[in-house]
Amino acid sequence: MGDSLLIRGGRLLDPSSGLDLVGDLLIEDGLVAAVGDVGATKHLEELDAEGLLVTPALVDLHVHLREPGAEYKEDVRTGAAAAVAGGFGTVCCMPNTSPPNDCRAVTELILARAAEAGLARVRPVAGISMGLSGKGLTEVAELKAAGAVALSDDGHPVGDAGFMRRALEYASTFGMVVVNHCEELSLSRRGAVHEGEASTWTGLRAQPAAAEEVMLARDLLLVGLTRARYHAAHVSTAGSVALLRQAKSDGLPVTAEVTVHHLLLTDEACHDFDTNTKCNPPLRSETDRQACVAGVLDGTIDAVVTDHAPHSPNDKAVEFEDAPFGVIGLETALPALLRLVERDELSLEVLVARLTSGPASCFGLEAGTLAPGAPADVTLTDLSLRHTVRPEHFLSRSANTPFAGWEMRGRAVTTVVGGRAVYRWPDGLLPHP
Amino acid sequence: MAFAHKSLLGIAQLSTEDILTILSVAETFYEISERRIKKVPTLRGKTVVNLFMEPSTRTRASFEIAEKRLSADGINLSPSSSSTKKGETLLDTARNLQAMHPDILVMRHRAAGAPHFLDRHIQAAIINAGDGAHEHPTQALLDAFTIRRQGMPFGRLNVAIIGDIAHSRVARSNILCLTRLGANVRVCGPRTMLQPGLEALGATVCHRLDDALDGVDVAMALRVQLERFGGEALLPNAREYARQFGLNRKRLEHMKPDGLVMHPGPINRGVEMDPEVADGERSVILEQVTSGVAVRMALLYLMAGGSPDSVVKES
Repeated sequence: MGDSLLIRGGRLLDPSSGLDLVGDLLIEDGLVAAVGDVGATKHLEELDAEGLLVTPALVDLHVHLREPGAEYKEDVRTGAAAAVAGGFGTVCCMPNTSPPNDCRAVTELILARAAEAGLARVRPVAGISMGLSGKGLTEVAELKAAGAVALSDDGHPVGDAGFMRRALEYASTFGMVVVNHCEELSLSRRGAVHEGEASTWTGLRAQPAAAEEVMLARDLLLVGLTRARYHAAHVSTAGSVALLRQAKSDGLPVTAEVTVHHLLLTDEACHDFDTNTKCNPPLRSETDRQACVAGVLDGTIDAVVTDHAPHSPNDKAVEFEDAPFGVIGLETALPALLRLVERDELSLEVLVARLTSGPASCFGLEAGTLAPGAPADVTLTDLSLRHTVRPEHFLSRSANTPFAGWEMRGRAVTTVVGGRAVYRWPDGLLPHP
Repeated sequence: MAFAHKSLLGIAQLSTEDILTILSVAETFYEISERRIKKVPTLRGKTVVNLFMEPSTRTRASFEIAEKRLSADGINLSPSSSSTKKGETLLDTARNLQAMHPDILVMRHRAAGAPHFLDRHIQAAIINAGDGAHEHPTQALLDAFTIRRQGMPFGRLNVAIIGDIAHSRVARSNILCLTRLGANVRVCGPRTMLQPGLEALGATVCHRLDDALDGVDVAMALRVQLERFGGEALLPNAREYARQFGLNRKRLEHMKPDGLVMHPGPINRGVEMDPEVADGERSVILEQVTSGVAVRMALLYLMAGGSPDSVVKES
């Protein structure tokens, strides 16, 4: 191809290589060719990044793209569009589609759709069990060959400890990480909110923090038994963070993620019965939120994710207890997280690490780095750009965000995937040349 | 000046002053029910829809009587509401009702927050007649009204609420209402029926009935709602509950000598209280029912835009 692009004069911040300097980024043939002072060049397409932050494109380990089966909420193309609009170059989509992604055919369908869209890189997470039923291992080797990057039964927690043990052992044979949504259903009873202040005030059926922690503790013991790679999905409680911190200090091969909304919001947001605050795990207490932020800071939590879960207005315009769990987040994640930087709860360096190199290493993805030779996935962020969250302007097909109307400061203004600028603010998606 | 709230969704939204306003308007309506002709034209031309999507006998009857005594046109609807997605959504039901221009929608629903949800979408004033385990504000207001009519000042009042606090909208609304009026509220029951965090609502938690009753002015027993257990074992059986938490004559000796016994009904006789307590001289249970009509008349009047300062009720 011989295509090249020069991103000139930005603040290059790449935690994977310890890079933090003002300079240029040269891209050739879709790969990072050089960083630093590239100097005068000719015949190059240039992007002026002066005053902008230049990082690896963001990596999200946990999104729901709804295809196949619920394309009225989102499909691979609209989800990938929302991703690049939010600065994400790679998203890992969960298998709870219809049919579920428990076989090569579905994995290949998702990858084909993503290739047609040509926006963010979409990396499917396949089921641990057939039909996400908790019974019967999936064909892990074949799924991996087809392009699946991890295994998860997503919102269906693996309840059977014996099955979890075998899943960890079998998956690790093929170098695949097992991801679990930790929720002991006999304790949570799928309660609509956190058991605490929100349930005290609303009378809604609630799930206690222990519902998450009981299963996480079990899983960590099984990781001790099997020494297999394990990743805890969307941890949300102070107890979970403490369990993970201990597991890591014990040397267990464990990683973990937390969602943007659990870092920004608490169960106080549920008091008005707004179904766009209903998610699973539920929004927790301020103590839990602070513990999650501390976990992000000290590295106990490796990745910040969106758990982007699109639902149509019809799905959400119902009684709170009847509404489906989930909020979207791809187009609000970075601006929302920058608030934590502005409030001095997180440093910019740590935040970028947890959105790039951290998640990439959880699933062993070739992403989240500006090292020469790496795929040229790059995000340009204007840290001072003020804007208001307007769900009607989202590229996602859905609008179920708890951040509607928030005044934000900072957002991605250009997203480059494979050396090609695919999104620019405020123009939108850029056509293929 | 009109009442400052479009709808009555819960006690949580009301200030102490709001509550006192409602109680004093209810006082002026109370005597209408004692007249020979129990009807005033105050709400003539106003349409009230009673949307009861969960079974109710006494609350619905109380609202209907209140509406008739104020000459409002009351319409009763009891569509079933299931969480499965069969039939019309709640929002569509409400929008259809709104298209007929009712003034007030009185609603009961199995789901907490259902009235709050509709309030964001329709223009009619909404009176919450019970939403899941969230609030039952008219019950709390009629309980406060009953206590006040017994001549008890709220500022020095000690109240014990006994029973399944976790699953009770009556308990939640009463804790909020009575504490806002200055009373001390204790809640008592087995720990399976007392969710953590009740202190945030302003209540003190006890697990022994005799401690809860010690020196109180009011003992309010709640219905043990076996149907709300949702398959979870909160109690071994009604027998053990009655022995540990049921009100009987001997236990009432811990209360103040002139203390009141209340119950929102319907009573499980022999479970929450012995018949001799329910029917005894301290019981104001039927007075609660009478008060309910006056309080609901007051709320209908205020929600229809009536002024709290000059209540129109000539016949």
